[in-house]
Amino acid sequence: MRRLLSQGPGPAFDPQAPYRLHPQAELRDEEFGALAYHFGTRRLSFLKAPALVDVVRALGDAESVEAAVRRCAVPEAQRPAILRALAGLAGTDMIQRRVSEESLP
Amino acid sequence: MTVLESRPTKLVDHFALGLNAPICLTWELTYACNLACVHCLSSSGRRDPRELSTAECKVVIDELQRMQVFYVNIGGGEPTVRHDFWELLDYAVEHHVGVKFSTNGVKLDAAAARRLAATDYVDVQISVDGASADVNDAVRGTGSFRTAVAAMENLAAAGFRGFKISVVVTRENAGQLDAFKALADRYDAQLRLTRLRPSGRGADVWADLHPTDEQQRALYQWLVAHGDNVLTGDSFFHLSGLGDPLPGLNLCGAGRVVCLIDPIGDVYACPFAIHDQFLAGNLREPGGFQRVWQDSALFASLRKPDGGGACSSCSMFDACRGGCMAAKFFTGLPLDGPDPECVQGHGAAALAAAGGAVIPKPSGDHSHKGPVRGQPVLVPLSVRRPDRACDESPLAGLPA
Repeated sequence: MRRLLSQGPGPAFDPQAPYRLHPQAELRDEEFGALAYHFGTRRLSFLKAPALVDVVRALGDAESVEAAVRRCAVPEAQRPAILRALAGLAGTDMIQRRVSEESLP
Repeated sequence: MTVLESRPTKLVDHFALGLNAPICLTWELTYACNLACVHCLSSSGRRDPRELSTAECKVVIDELQRMQVFYVNIGGGEPTVRHDFWELLDYAVEHHVGVKFSTNGVKLDAAAARRLAATDYVDVQISVDGASADVNDAVRGTGSFRTAVAAMENLAAAGFRGFKISVVVTRENAGQLDAFKALADRYDAQLRLTRLRPSGRGADVWADLHPTDEQQRALYQWLVAHGDNVLTGDSFFHLSGLGDPLPGLNLCGAGRVVCLIDPIGDVYACPFAIHDQFLAGNLREPGGFQRVWQDSALFASLRKPDGGGACSSCSMFDACRGGCMAAKFFTGLPLDGPDPECVQGHGAAALAAAGGAVIPKPSGDHSHKGPVRGQPVLVPLSVRRPDRACDESPLAGLPA
């Protein structure tokens, strides 16, 4: 049902919590990074850094966002930008917080 | 559209060089249409007997899924008059190809609206070209406003929120922007305004219907004031020279991030450029759509950096990038020159200078050959006076 379109913003982005790519969202690799499309909200986003794409792909298997960022060996200087981008993706439901039973790798 | 990180120019540069697959793709399922709008960009009316079959359409959808073309804009003609329209819609959704389809509303009864409201993957766009029946029906045909509004009523009643109301801005309706917005608000819909192109039958009426300079400036201000709340399909980037860029890419995406699949499988650089010069190939050939997208010589040339030609010395070039390729082509202007509606006035000057230039005609014309019920008549019928006052013979004046 067409719920997502009218939903308000979700809970605040928490880098210490586990997240995943929304089940209704997909990534398509491009030279600049990737296109992200959410079939439920019909929203398109551009992930403009390959490192960001790596992190988003790693989210589902990591115990937290920060763990995913570490696993992808994102240079320290890039981390704030990556986290801001992830917060943006969470704000549009492109990535979502995993609930407990989904959190185990 | 969200752009993460703050390097938009770089992203646009990537787009200009083409992507692995289109970002969005227009697919016209049929040239058949119940209407005969005076400005139809695909000169639609009659079905083409070579139209892709149901099975062929499904092969295309499979391929789009493989290429991760996340959504297609389906149009026509009137796509819902295809007997397999709903079957293809379901097939696309099952294969993770989202659909937004454009319709005049003719088949959008209460049952169809309920069906559409039940899925997130489908979006609907109802076309109207006037906020009142008189303005709309003058270009789209008698009764077409009533049909479109009935479709909106059905969608709203079924709980479909956020469907699109799509308007081509013309000299006749440019004063109705607030009324269009009110119409959209009434149905919890989103307004989408697009540019009138001189494509298809639009070439015949463009000179009379394209907005005046004053209307363009008012339109620009109105769009700036409404920001992301009003969609434009990036139509109006030629107005960017009037001030800050409008929301969107502000880039001609033809063959780079967009393209058109026509009802017989021909792939064109963009929906407004149905002409042999912009034909990249046909997806019935070996390799299908992917091969056309990735290997066509036309698309390769469109993806090469271009210098901007006559416009490159203009201070506004970075804002408008020379405007719309199709608008130039079908008004007889060179592709490396100004847009016919250039806000600096260069287009009007170029049009005046081109004067007698031969204007290219679209490659195909599927317009109805006979009369269509309620068909719009924009130009008053010319009444020829009898050769002589006393000539009453119906054959008077005809060659013997």
